[in-house]
Amino acid sequence: MTRTILTVDDSRTMRDMLRMALSGAGFNVVEAVDGEHGLEVLSAHRPDVIITDINMPKLDGFGFIEAVRIDDDYRAIPILVLTTESDPSKKQRAREAGATGWIVKPFNPEKLVEAIRRVAA
Amino acid sequence: MDELEAIKVTFFQECEELLADLEGGLLAMQEGVGDSETVNAVFRAVHSIKGGAGAFGLEPLVRFAHVFETLLDAVRSNEVPGTVELAAVMLRASDVLADHVGAARGLGDVDMDASAAMAAELKAWTDPSAAPIAASEAPSAAEPVLTAQAPSAPVSDDLDEDDLGFDFQPMTISIDAQAADAELIPDDVWTVSIRPKSDLYRKANETGLLLRELNLLGPIVATMDDSALPTLEFLDAEAAYVTWSVRLETEDSEAAIREVFEFVDGDCDLEIVRGEAPVEAALANLLSSIEPAAEAAAEPVEVEVAAPPAAEIPPPPVAAAPVAPAKAAAPAKAAQVDIPGPGQSVIRVDPERIDSLIDLVGELVINQAMLAQRVGEYGIAPSSSLAMGLDELEQLTRQIQDSVMAIRAQPVKSVFQRMPRLVREVANMTGKQARLVMDGENTEVDKTVIERLADPITHMLRNAIDHGLESPEERTAAGKNPEGVVRLAALHRSGRIVIEVQDDGKGINRERVFSIAVKKGLIAPDLQLTDEEIDNLIFLPGFSTAEKISDVSGRGVGMDVVRRSVQALGGRISISSRPGLGSTFTLSLPLTLAVLDGMVVDVAGETLVVPLAAIVESLRPKAEEVRPLGPVGSVLAVRDSFVPLIDVGVTLGYRDHSPPPTDGVVLLVEGEDGSRAALVADAIHGQRQVVIKSLEQNYQQVEGVAAATILGDGRVALILDVDAVINLRRRETPRPTEPTLIAAE
Repeated sequence: MTRTILTVDDSRTMRDMLRMALSGAGFNVVEAVDGEHGLEVLSAHRPDVIITDINMPKLDGFGFIEAVRIDDDYRAIPILVLTTESDPSKKQRAREAGATGWIVKPFNPEKLVEAIRRVAA
Repeated sequence: MDELEAIKVTFFQECEELLADLEGGLLAMQEGVGDSETVNAVFRAVHSIKGGAGAFGLEPLVRFAHVFETLLDAVRSNEVPGTVELAAVMLRASDVLADHVGAARGLGDVDMDASAAMAAELKAWTDPSAAPIAASEAPSAAEPVLTAQAPSAPVSDDLDEDDLGFDFQPMTISIDAQAADAELIPDDVWTVSIRPKSDLYRKANETGLLLRELNLLGPIVATMDDSALPTLEFLDAEAAYVTWSVRLETEDSEAAIREVFEFVDGDCDLEIVRGEAPVEAALANLLSSIEPAAEAAAEPVEVEVAAPPAAEIPPPPVAAAPVAPAKAAAPAKAAQVDIPGPGQSVIRVDPERIDSLIDLVGELVINQAMLAQRVGEYGIAPSSSLAMGLDELEQLTRQIQDSVMAIRAQPVKSVFQRMPRLVREVANMTGKQARLVMDGENTEVDKTVIERLADPITHMLRNAIDHGLESPEERTAAGKNPEGVVRLAALHRSGRIVIEVQDDGKGINRERVFSIAVKKGLIAPDLQLTDEEIDNLIFLPGFSTAEKISDVSGRGVGMDVVRRSVQALGGRISISSRPGLGSTFTLSLPLTLAVLDGMVVDVAGETLVVPLAAIVESLRPKAEEVRPLGPVGSVLAVRDSFVPLIDVGVTLGYRDHSPPPTDGVVLLVEGEDGSRAALVADAIHGQRQVVIKSLEQNYQQVEGVAAATILGDGRVALILDVDAVINLRRRETPRPTEPTLIAAE
């Protein structure tokens, strides 16, 4: 069964990069442009794994993760935080919000797929 | 790799948008109207540029963006106050960033010294003490470790090291680590004890997956200890009760094993010990009694691993309902908002496909016109179903054409948004203070036209600031605000796009312009010219009022070149000026370079098309309305004014002598500068939409002719350049030394 990955990122470039890497690895990809949009797409597509950016307009990555984690329907979905933040405190905040794991940009497709494999049931 | 290239194109497109956002936000900050969301948006813009640049390995861009981002992060967290002064610095930084983007794109170069200086300036804001010696507690990301390593590094070196730190962050998931540590004792046995905390499950991590990962390192035997598991009635579904002990055989290092637990660091108690734990040892012995120990490959073990994890996990998603259900309603409500997702609202199409579609529709228009003409020739009644069907076809064709054109229509914003920077730079260079006000950025025009707007606008703006605006001192002395205002506006006017550049400077010094033109031998000293004509002398080839070639306006391109390039597009440029109050450049271009509404006329046996936009009215002159003027010319009395009569046939060289105007039809036309003329033609065929075929591209420029088209009967007809015809006629009038208004070359 093809796994569906939801990518949430306000950068079109990054969404395209993710799509390319994930589609290439055989995943089905759905996209959202910010946290708010991510929550909508989430209910429509029920992804197996979520990959989200942190810095986004409207609802940022922290808020998005928290919103997913308080929802009984979605809180078991693994969430990978994707960010260029090298600041450990940001990573820590994302974890506290409920992030399952993280990927540091720039990523290569292998790293990305490996990270998904590590968290996807 | 094609796909990657396509993404790169997207990236640069996105960069354009982000740079515009960045600039907009910084300008808002500079004007003191920015709030925290402005700062956030500005941060995100730089952050996203850096992120994308990193993905494509655009090193210099990443490095500069990183420094910029660090400062913005500090502003965002209020470590550095976002003052007006800082906004001005960051505006300049955004220009450098734009240069980096341009260089990465292969357009232009970056002044690396200026970039380094800018980076140093930015850094000084985050850490004022950083200039000579890096402080030990710099607030920015990734810095503490590195500055500690090189506490006395000068700024520039410090930057480099800092940036290296960004690229090689230790938290990157590295699958290569295993290879790096491969010198360890082979086939070692490890005991891994895992005691998950409930947080591990809350973050959607699973012990089962950890075991699966471990199994990738080598064969494992996992033992579950459920002694802490309470009876069902006391069971907290959210809590973690079971612990695991895993016997792992692997050639990999402890670091590699530890890396499996990277994501759950802190969310479980982890113990990794070399050797066999008592229980595992017993179990392993049991196993090895069934199979030879060492090369017992993965397959028997896998059987053991696959099953237990799934069964073991406390079932958080199903049973638990400790979370208030009300909270769950929030996302559901948000879901009602209808925001088109990425990819849903936008289709990317190769521009070539649209171009070929436009060409085809052009052919369709010609074909439809041809049909209409044939049907007309057969004398079919307008009320017949055939004629009515043709009418419908014509309407449909026109609608298709409009729709296709709309695909290529784009707001002029993309050109306008480059201008604030230009204004800043020119103002800096010339020591003027200038504020740019923009209007009508969303005015749409064909993409092909947009691309050609940038150069003339750039020139007009440069000219307005360099020559139009006075220095702050002069302005103050004249009782004006020391800061000059330059207004850039776009609007639609009668089927054309009009761009206006208006300044509130001193206006054109007509005496000076006139005397320069005389001095350069462009006009005769005794020539009588209207104010407007004097103003427009600046478009003459060889005219430049700048006494010395300044860095800004005098880049070897005079206004005459601008005028010529605008004319080549079927456009016009003119200037009007009021002394002491400022000047206005007006540039008008057709909305599209593909079609034109025209009046088809006969002149000396030739068929010509006169652009409808230029025609005010058509009339049959009476003999008493025609008055001779001078030896050859004549004028036509139209209501209260006299308008020069121009025989198009003579002007274009079709015939030597004009027949009496009363035999023909007169088209009253208006040029871009508002001057009127009466064009004499032999007959009018009617109004038609024609597809423009460039003469310059297929032949060469012909004075008085804007382009050509193919008519319904398949014949080629020339499209008249009304302004050029008016100007040609002016030249014929006896003004021996009057300048050529259109460049001969």
